[in-house]
This record gives sequence, structure tokens and C-alpha cells, in this order.
Amino acid sequence: MSEDKGKHVAEPAPEPADQPLSAEQARAAKADLETAGGAKEPSLVPAAAQGGITAERDSSPFRNFFAGSAMTSVLAVLLALIAGGLLIASTDKQVASSAAYLFGRPTDFLAAVWNAATQSYVALFQGAVFNPRAATVAGQFAPIMETLTIATPLITAGLGVALAFRAGLFNIGAQGQIIFAGIFAGWVGFALHLPMGLHLLLVLVAGIIGGAIWGGLVGLLKARTGAHEVILTIMFNYIALYFLRFLLTTPAFQRPGASNPISPVLDPSAIYPQIFGSQYRLHLGFILAIAATVLVWWLLNRSTLGFEFRAVGANPKAAQTAGINVSRATILVMAMAGGLAGMAGVAQVAGTEKVLTEGVAASFGFDAITVALLGRSSPWGTFAAGILFGAFRAGAVQMQVQTGTPIDIVLVVQSLIVLFIAAPPLVRAIFGLNPRRKKMATAATSPKAALPGGAA
Amino acid sequence: MSTTATAPRPESTTPSSAKGISGKPVTWRTPIVLAFMAVVALLIFGILGPNQEASFGISSGGDFFQLPAIIVPAFAAGIILSIILLGLAGWTIYLKTKGTAAPAWLPVLFIVVFVVAFLIWVVGGARTPSISLAGLIAGSVTLAVPLVFGSLSGVLCERVGVVNIAIEGQLLGGAFTAAIVSSITKNPFIGLLAAALAGAVISMVLALFSIKYVVNQIIVGVVLNVLVSGLTGFLFSTVMQSDPQKYNSPEGLPIVEIPLLSSIPILGPILFKQSVVGYLMYFAVFAVWVGLFKTKWGLRVRAVGEHPQAADTMGINVNATRFWNVTLGGAVAGIGGSFFTLVAIDSFTKEISGGRGFIALAALIFGRWNPIGAFFAALLFGFADNLQSILTIIGTPVPSQFMAMLPYLVTVLAVAGLVGKSRGPAASGIPYVKG
Amino acid sequence: MVRVLKLELRGITKTFGTLVANDHIDVVVEPGQIHCLLGENGAGKSTLMNVLYGLYEPTDGQILIDDKPVVFRGPSDAMAAGIGMVHQHFMLVPVFTVAENVALGAEPTKAGGFLNLEQTRKKIKDISDKYGFDVDPDALVEDLPVGVQQRVEIIKALVRDANILILDEPTAVLTPQETDELLNIMRQLKANGTSIVFISHKLREVKAVSDIITVIRRGKVVGSTQPETSTTELASMMVGRSVSLTLNKAPANPQETTFEVRDLTVVAPNGQHVVDGISFDIARGEILALAGVQGNGQTELTEAVLGLQERVSGSIRLDGHELVGRSVKQVLSAGVGYVPEDRTVDGLVGTFSVAENLVLDLYDKVPFAKGISMSPAKVLENASSRIEEFDVRTPSAMAPAGKLSGGNQQKVVMARELSRPLRLFIASQPTRGVDVGSIEFLHRRIITERDRGTPVMIVSTELDEVMELADRIAVLYKGKLVGIVPSGTSRDVLGLMMAGIAPDDGASQAPSTSRAEGGDHV
Repeated sequence: MSEDKGKHVAEPAPEPADQPLSAEQARAAKADLETAGGAKEPSLVPAAAQGGITAERDSSPFRNFFAGSAMTSVLAVLLALIAGGLLIASTDKQVASSAAYLFGRPTDFLAAVWNAATQSYVALFQGAVFNPRAATVAGQFAPIMETLTIATPLITAGLGVALAFRAGLFNIGAQGQIIFAGIFAGWVGFALHLPMGLHLLLVLVAGIIGGAIWGGLVGLLKARTGAHEVILTIMFNYIALYFLRFLLTTPAFQRPGASNPISPVLDPSAIYPQIFGSQYRLHLGFILAIAATVLVWWLLNRSTLGFEFRAVGANPKAAQTAGINVSRATILVMAMAGGLAGMAGVAQVAGTEKVLTEGVAASFGFDAITVALLGRSSPWGTFAAGILFGAFRAGAVQMQVQTGTPIDIVLVVQSLIVLFIAAPPLVRAIFGLNPRRKKMATAATSPKAALPGGAA
Repeated sequence: MSTTATAPRPESTTPSSAKGISGKPVTWRTPIVLAFMAVVALLIFGILGPNQEASFGISSGGDFFQLPAIIVPAFAAGIILSIILLGLAGWTIYLKTKGTAAPAWLPVLFIVVFVVAFLIWVVGGARTPSISLAGLIAGSVTLAVPLVFGSLSGVLCERVGVVNIAIEGQLLGGAFTAAIVSSITKNPFIGLLAAALAGAVISMVLALFSIKYVVNQIIVGVVLNVLVSGLTGFLFSTVMQSDPQKYNSPEGLPIVEIPLLSSIPILGPILFKQSVVGYLMYFAVFAVWVGLFKTKWGLRVRAVGEHPQAADTMGINVNATRFWNVTLGGAVAGIGGSFFTLVAIDSFTKEISGGRGFIALAALIFGRWNPIGAFFAALLFGFADNLQSILTIIGTPVPSQFMAMLPYLVTVLAVAGLVGKSRGPAASGIPYVKG
Repeated sequence: MVRVLKLELRGITKTFGTLVANDHIDVVVEPGQIHCLLGENGAGKSTLMNVLYGLYEPTDGQILIDDKPVVFRGPSDAMAAGIGMVHQHFMLVPVFTVAENVALGAEPTKAGGFLNLEQTRKKIKDISDKYGFDVDPDALVEDLPVGVQQRVEIIKALVRDANILILDEPTAVLTPQETDELLNIMRQLKANGTSIVFISHKLREVKAVSDIITVIRRGKVVGSTQPETSTTELASMMVGRSVSLTLNKAPANPQETTFEVRDLTVVAPNGQHVVDGISFDIARGEILALAGVQGNGQTELTEAVLGLQERVSGSIRLDGHELVGRSVKQVLSAGVGYVPEDRTVDGLVGTFSVAENLVLDLYDKVPFAKGISMSPAKVLENASSRIEEFDVRTPSAMAPAGKLSGGNQQKVVMARELSRPLRLFIASQPTRGVDVGSIEFLHRRIITERDRGTPVMIVSTELDEVMELADRIAVLYKGKLVGIVPSGTSRDVLGLMMAGIAPDDGASQAPSTSRAEGGDHV
């Protein structure tokens, strides 16, 4: 690896004493930060987010906003919504019929496009945040409650993915971890009969342990054999799913008398209480998700363990040299990520669903990846992204009912957001604000084709 | 794919005296794993084996000539086959003590014998201990078709240094496009072409983001799967559902039967009674293999995937090579996707690919980044898939879910290095940034 | 049969931002000449050759072949013009055969794009026979020893009819025997009409094989000279000064011996004994410098002390406690300060702030952490005092360490390691890639640590640095300890020791060229 380091500056001659880096060197250094001199994959986490106490973080939120990352995120969301709107419009009948006489009366066409897109988004908003047309005040606030309910598993599973990202690991396995948590928590919930309070606590602990085992196993295999965690987690997702399907055919898990794969209903003592009474589905799990966010924030930014995770994620060799046990950190962080995803499983089994089915994880495990990416792997960013995607999901139901726009549009918007966020130059180019275009053009010609062997 | 997300460039890319002339060390892993499996086989398939006769039908009705079904006493067969397995394992151990690695065919032979032993055991223990071997194999090949195309797409991408997690999306995109285009044009061949195009377009997005914008390839792949799933789902609900007759009644590809040859028992149906996509599969495996290992193009592709700097210094445009190969890979996967809607089922449904893209990924790894290896791995996984449904019918002690789990378990073992050494192209997953 | 080419570089300038790597360099390579570019690491030689090979575009200047200006847009242009290059880090695909590597980029094909390696094999055989390379076209490159891999690189160039061959530090990775063989090959190539541009900083090799020597220093041509020029003269041309920085170093005041290494052996993953039965002591208040050519076991030795090496036997005792078999964390806790040889890889987390890097191995100790809870206030407090004490030039304590200059990065590492009471201080290449001002500062800090009564171990391939800092000098050669000599030992004796010749027999035995590599190290 060392030979690759000298990539951008060939033969660094003895440096003039303490001269500040030139713009070009700084840019090269930045690229170096992101990819360790091109020697490793581009980081999953933006370099600026990897440090705990760095200048970028402590400066005012506004500066940060305009400085780049947050601004890019907002623009990415906007861009994805526009693209989604165009997609909606493109399949709209009104639009199609007005397109027939596009050249005759183009305003009709444009109006139809605008209507199709906005109607859907208004419905989405009403289904996700506030419904002014509901009969009761409670009904008006029902959408936001539903949003938070759906956001709950997204947040905790997203935190699991984000935490692993920060340690340099790509956890695609939230899906499987949710399933395992569901199995553990579900079984404790319906098979054991314990007093109020204790039962729920045990359900929660069992779920977290279930997820942690499934995640930790990946960490163990990775640390011991060097197997790639992406492949492992993908495979583990399917193994967990088929294992759950198998269990749901066994007497221990299948509801007595049922012919379909479904577990008994969990005991009332094993169910998360609803926060605002029975009129909303929102349950204790959401409070726990907030707590988990605080905990992960603290873990990453204020604990020695988080310091280790971040160091291992950013430069495992330096971490090792500084006495950090990289294997231990890998196993631990995957177990914790699994535990967090496990909380999502508990939220499903003991919160919204109250039974264990094949669909316990729905697509939360995969959505969690996009949530963590949109949240740039920071705990509060993930929290916010979880609520945003929760809103999309909740609102999409309403949207489908009102305007007939299928829920799948959410997936499109969601994935476009992440794609745009991952490629800031693309977003800047689309919005025509590429401040560094000129400089980049010159940079492209000068340190051309540096080779690893360039530095003699 | 490099072994760790943050790994520095693998040792092997920098020539070092450390390697020495002796080459790769011979490990104890393979012998131990084989010995363990052989003992398990002896215990379960042999000693605890069922005391029934397993019947395997060979000929189907229309065959050229009829062969009687093979009747195997399950218990005896279990014992004999386990002893063969023990012998093979013993031989690897003997070779290891001599300091040489087992020849490559040995583990393959081992797996084949193991699978046969398993099959006899599982059929012998069933309520109705009789299955049609011909049907089983033909079904396996059928189920394997999209897997083979998917894994070939993976081979093409990873060999050139780009990880393709988006195989699932490419299959799904291909399936959707084939369905809608074939429905509208009433011409399955145009549908097939459109599927290839759709796969290629998805791949181009992957290539654009991972090469031009240097976005982490795995992120792009994962997100693309979601995007394609959303897009096809959306268009399915809005367009196809609006008029299924017009938009979702694809003209299927005909099954082309080669007279006489197709009547050969077992081999006939799988080799000479296939759809165009089926024949294309055999051609694609062969073509990719020949292309990668026998042509100038392949040499360059592999060089770019192993040591992009070396390729660059020899005047090869690394990123262009990557871009077009990834695109080609997408086209191949797209063709695989068309199998769902043009051959297997006569309409598109949401998520019709059902995670087979990930099994294809598994086949690619289990097949060690080799088209032929991937082909056989895909066949094995197709076999497991098919066996699963047959087993449910004949009633066996093995829960079908475990059969379904098999490809994933085997892949975990493969990447964990428990079954041989899987080493992907050295530069796979690592973007090449000049300067 | 062989085209005769004259190569001229005229006024080549290459800048990277404000950094001028090449400053109006003029070089003329006459046909059939071995032309040496001599210069220190970082003098700008490789940049110049990358310009010549079309990998860099020159900022200014011209390349002329047979007095006609040419422009190379990429390596293919350079190759087409008859220029071949053997990179310091080989550009070979490890899993390809020799023939495949040689064919790559200019593959002979049959109809339909099928490879026709038969032709390549034949060419390899021919060249191999002609020069006695003994290269099997069908061997896998990764199975070949480095010396043979290098020949494959040369074959790659010769197959493309290269008339001018650039060899970039070709002996850096070779054993003395392989070096000898390479020098012979170079003479043969010359005899066959190939011009060679030989880049090196090793005087003896340069003198042994060159027809003309051009010395480059700090990106500029200092002058051209004949190989008959004396070693000392070449060295001073190359370095630009006859005297090194002198420190006002008080004489050592060694106290009791607290660090003992006995029969230390480190086995590499390939089974090679990279450190082979080494024993030595360091007393408190003493600096022991490990000298030697890069790759003679120094890295592994320090890593073994820290607990980073897997297969270690023998004994390492600090204050009477055994360190072998301990984890890195335990070794650090025992009071070992460790500055790794490559700060960007092993010493710093580039994306972490300076403040965080200053506690990289102390983050879980009081006062920075209580239990598992860290105190950012304490981390920042520590940072401001360290930054001040070590004069680290950084925009703020919160700036990412990766954005600092090399010298300041090294100060961060040094500040961290020297910030706690130490029982042993190890610094590998403490001033590599560091500006002159910082070098002096860092050296003073090392001396200060010694004077506090800490045993200090320095590893350096720079003989100047070794002679300046050391109270005693230990020389390693191929993992073995050649000997330990006092600080006043002459450069010549040390040079011989670095070539594996112990001081007692070195006086009577003239060094053969095969052992030349160490002696020339300036």
C-alpha cells in the first residue's frame, strides 16, 4: 500500500518549511482522504463525517449547510422528487391525452404534468404529515403518527447500517438481523408467559440478542476468515428468511390450528404500549428509537468504543498500530449493528404486527441501507432520513388510494435520492452550480496518469 | 471483490520476493472439510440411511428409446458412496502429507458423489421413494437459465474490476422489458433484444456512477436493485395493469426441438429441446469462456481487473474497458431476465426475479469467477431449487426450506474459505483513478 | 537491424501545483550509451522518466528523438517511439503467465481476435536465450522471484523493439547477486545497441556500469560527469553539501540497561526468517540506531517489539518484563512510544482531527476517558498544549490530520508518542519526507527524550541521520545483526557493514561489487 501513497505527488521533494498546501495538493490530499490514495474502495462514509471532532462538525450548522454535504442532500431530495413527479406524470392519462395535442396547446400538456405530479405529492403529504380533510383533530394528526410508526424500524435498522458503515463495514444484513430478532422476540412473546413489564423487557432483550447474534456471526466470519461482509450479509439474509419459514411450519412456532405460516399472537404483556392511546399505532418502540439514536451518537462521538470503530473504519492499519484490536472491533460493531436492527425486529413483532410472520422484516432491512446513506451515516442524519422515508411510506398508501399512484414510486424516489447524494458532482452539474469546474479542468491535465511507481 | 472493504491492495498485485518459487501454500482446510463431509455422509446417508429402494425414472414418454427406471437400494448405496467419499477425502489428506494440493477435479468429483448420495438418501427416505431423474435434471437446467446469465454478467463485470450487485435489478429489468416489448410488438425476438438493451442501460448507470463519479460500487448496485424494483413495480401497476391484454401478454419464445437428438434420455431435453434463450445460455457460457481466456479482448479485460496500472502502462484505456464490459454484462443479465417472461411464465409480475440475482452472485463466487465454474454452480443451485419443490411433493424428512437455503449456505462456506480458496480478481471493487 | 536513436530532453519542467519536480532539465542520451541519472530520493528523477514515458505531460520543454521533437500522449506513443520502461514497482499482472504479460497491449492474434501466444513465446525464448535470462514463458508471474520478474519487464520492453530502456531504481528490490546479474544484462543490452537510462542513487552501481552520469538535485541538473569521478565527489554533487546538519548534542550518559533483546527471530508468512537471532541491549539515556539498507529486517524488528508480528521467538524484555506474546495495547501500556516508519499508513488516521490523532493510542486512558466515556474537552485541551509544544502548524486542532504537511504530520505522531512517560522510545524513519526545519526540531526532541533517561531506538536508512543521532549504531543485514559500533565509526566502515561485512574482516577484505548496495548509501 505504501507505494500507492505517493500517487498524486510524484517525488515530493523536500518540502519548503511549513508552506501551506497548494490548492491542487489539498485537492489531491482530499481525494487521498476519501480513497486512501486510490488504494482502497471509495469510503462508505464521507471523510468529513468520519472524524469525530473535526472542524466541519463544530462549525455552525448554516456554514455546514452551504459548505456542501447538507446542501447536496437537500438538492438530491428535490431532484429525486422532480424525477418521481415526471414519472408519475408520464403514466398519467390526462397527460397522455393532452400530449396528443401538445403542439396545439402546450400549456394544457404542462398543466396536466403539473397536476399529475402535484396531486400525487399533495396526497402523499396528507397521508404522511397532516390531513386537513379528516373529520376529527385526532384524524388530522393520524398521518404523522403513522409516519412515525413506520419510521421506527427504519430508524433503528438504519442506525445499525450506519454504525457498521462508520467502522468501514457494509452491513446489507439488516434484513436477516430483523428476522432473527423477530424469531427470538416473537418466541419469548408468545411462548413465555411472564408478568407485565418483565415480559416486554425480555422480549426486547431477546430481540436485540437475536439480531446481535446474526450480525456478530458475520463479524466473526469476517474477522477470522476475511470473507467479504457484503456477500456474507446477503447470504445471511436468505438463510434467515428460509430458517424463519421453516420455523413457522414447526409446532413450536406455528399458531395451533393454523394452516398458514403464522405464529400465535404475542401476549398482551409482551406488546409495546401505544404512546398516545389506542387511536394511533405509534408505540413505545419510537421512544426507544430516539433513545437508540442518542445512544449511537454517544457511542460514536463520546465513547472509547466508538473511537475504536471510527479509527478501524478510517484506517485499520493505523488503528492496529495504536493498539486497537481490529478483529474485536469488527465483531463487536457487527453485533451492535445487528442488535440495533434487532430493535427494528422487536418494533415489528411487539409493536405494529403483534405476530411473527414471514413478512416480519418487510423491506425494512433494505430500506435501512438507503436511510443510512441518506443520513450520511450520522446518527441524527439517519434519524431524520428514517422519518423522511417513513413519511414516504405512510403517505404513499394515502397517495395510492387518492390518486392511484402506486406505492412503488416511493422506491424510485428513495433510490434516486441515494444515487444523487452519492454523486455530488452530478447534482451540482444538474443545478449548474459547479464552483470548481474550471479548476477541475486544469487539475485533470496536470497530475496526469501518476503511477504508483511515480514516487521513487 | 477485495476481501475487506477497506483493504489495501492485495499483496498479490505488488510483486514481492515473499512469494518465492514455491507458490501457494497447501492448506489443511480442504482435506479437513472433505473428511468432515465424508464422515457426515457415512453417518447420515449410510449408517442411519433409509432401508428402502429409491427409484429414479430415466425416460420420459416421448423418448427415442425407453430405459427402465434405476432402482437403488438406498441403504447399500449410502454405505458404498460414503466409503467412496471417505476414500477421496483420505486421498487429499495423503496428498497433503506429501505437500501437494489435491487436483482441481477432486473436490468437484467429491461434490458430485455427495450430491448423488444425498439424492438417494433423500428419495429413499420419502413416502413415495420414486422420482423422475429426467424431470429433475431438465427442471434444474430450466431453473438455472436465469442464474447462468446472471452469473455470467457478474463474471464479465468482476473480471474487469467492477462489482456487480445489481444482477437482480438487471434480471428484473430484462424480464419487464421483454414482457412489455414482446406484448406490444407481438414479436418475442424483439422482446429479447429489448431485454438485453434494458440490462445494458441499467449496467451503464452502474458503470457511470462507479467509474465516472467513483461512487462505491456496492452502494450503486444495492440502490440500483431498489430503483429497478420500484420502476418496474410502478410501471406494472400503472401501465401493464391498465391494459394487461395489450401490455402484459408477451408472445413467448418457442421451444425449438431438434428432431431425434431431443429424444435421447436425460440429455435430449436439456441440450436439444430448449427455448432460444436456453440455447443462448450454452452459447454464452462458451463464448464468455473463450472470450475471456482465449482472445485479446479477454486478456485485456483480465489485466484491467487484476492490475489496472499495468494495463494502463501498456496503453490500455482502463476505464473505457471497464465501462463497455459492465455494459455487456448488463446485456447478458437482461437476456437472462427475459427468460422469466418469455419462456417460464407468460406475463410479468412484480419482483418476478425473486432474489435469483443474488443466487447468481453466489454462483459466480462459488464458480470462482470462471464462466464454466459459474455455469455448474448455477446448475447446482438450480438443482437445489428444483429438488426443493419435488421433495415437498414426494414427502421427505428434509424440510424444503433447508434445500432452498443451500445455495446461500454453500456460498458462505465458499467465501469463508472453507471450501477451497476463492480469490476474485485483485482489483475488483477498486476504482481506477488516474493521477 | 537496430535503429539507432538519439534521445534528448530539452528544458523539461514539470510542476505539481507549487511544487517544482523538474526545473528546466536538459539531458542528452547518445545511442548505445548507459546514461545514469543520479540523485537522492525525491530529486525528481522518476518524474522526469514518467514524462519521457508519456505518463506525465511536461509543463514545459521538449522531447526530441533523433533531433525531431515528439509529443507523447500516453505510454503507447512512447513505446511506439522505441522507448521502454521498467518501473520500480513492476507493472506485471501476477496471475498471468510471462507470455500473457509480455503480449498485453500488443497481442498477436489469429483471425477473430484469438490470441496467438505462440509468437510471443518464441520471442521470449529468443530474447531469453540471447541474454541468458532463463525465463519460462508459461510460468505464472506471481510464482517468480523478483529478479526474474524484472527480467520479464525488460523482455516486455525488448519485444516491443525498445531502443531506449529506462530502468527506474532497478536494484532497489534486488539482492546483491541479482544486482550483479542485472548490471551484466545492462552491459549486454548496451553491446546490442540499446541505450539505457539508469536511474539510481547507489553510487557503486552507477560507477560500475555508466558511461556518463547526470546528477539531479531538487529537480535541477547539477552537472554531468564521468564514472571515474570519486565517490565522495559524486556524493557531494548529489546531496549538495559536504556537511550535514550538526546538532549540539551532549554526550550520552547511559545508565542501567532496561531494554534487552535476546535471540529475536521473526518469521514472515512465507517462512523466511526476516529477523534472524538478533540480540542487543539499550541502556537508559542512550540512543541506539539501527542502520541498514531498507528491507533488511528493521521494520519487522520494530513491529515485533510492538507486538504487530505474528511469528516471533526469542525474548524482548523491558524493565524485566517480557514483551513477546503481548498485544500491542499491552506493549504500549508498558511505556513504549512508537513512531511507525510510514506515518500516513500506520501512524495517523487521515480523516481524524489533529486532536483525535494526538490521542490515537491514549483515547481510553485517563484523563481522556473514564470507563468507556471520552471527554472531548480533555482531548482538545491536550491538543492545544501538544500543538504548541511541538509547534504543529495546523489551522486548528479540529482540522483533519491528513491535510497537514508531512513535517507537521510527523510532529503530530511524535507529539503523541512523547506525551507520556516512556520506558522505551522507538522511532522508525523519524524524518522521512520531512522538511529541513522540522528535521532539526524532531531530532532535538529525540535527544531530549534520551536525556530524560529513556532508552531510545532509532531506525533509519539515512546514514546521516544515524550518525547524527546515535550513541551506538547497530547494523542489520538480511535480518542478522552485523555488529554494533560506537557513534564515531567512519562512514566507510558502516557502509561495509551495511553490505554485510563485519568491521573486523572488513579492513582486510575489499568489498566485491556483489555487496555493493549498502556501501553507497549516502
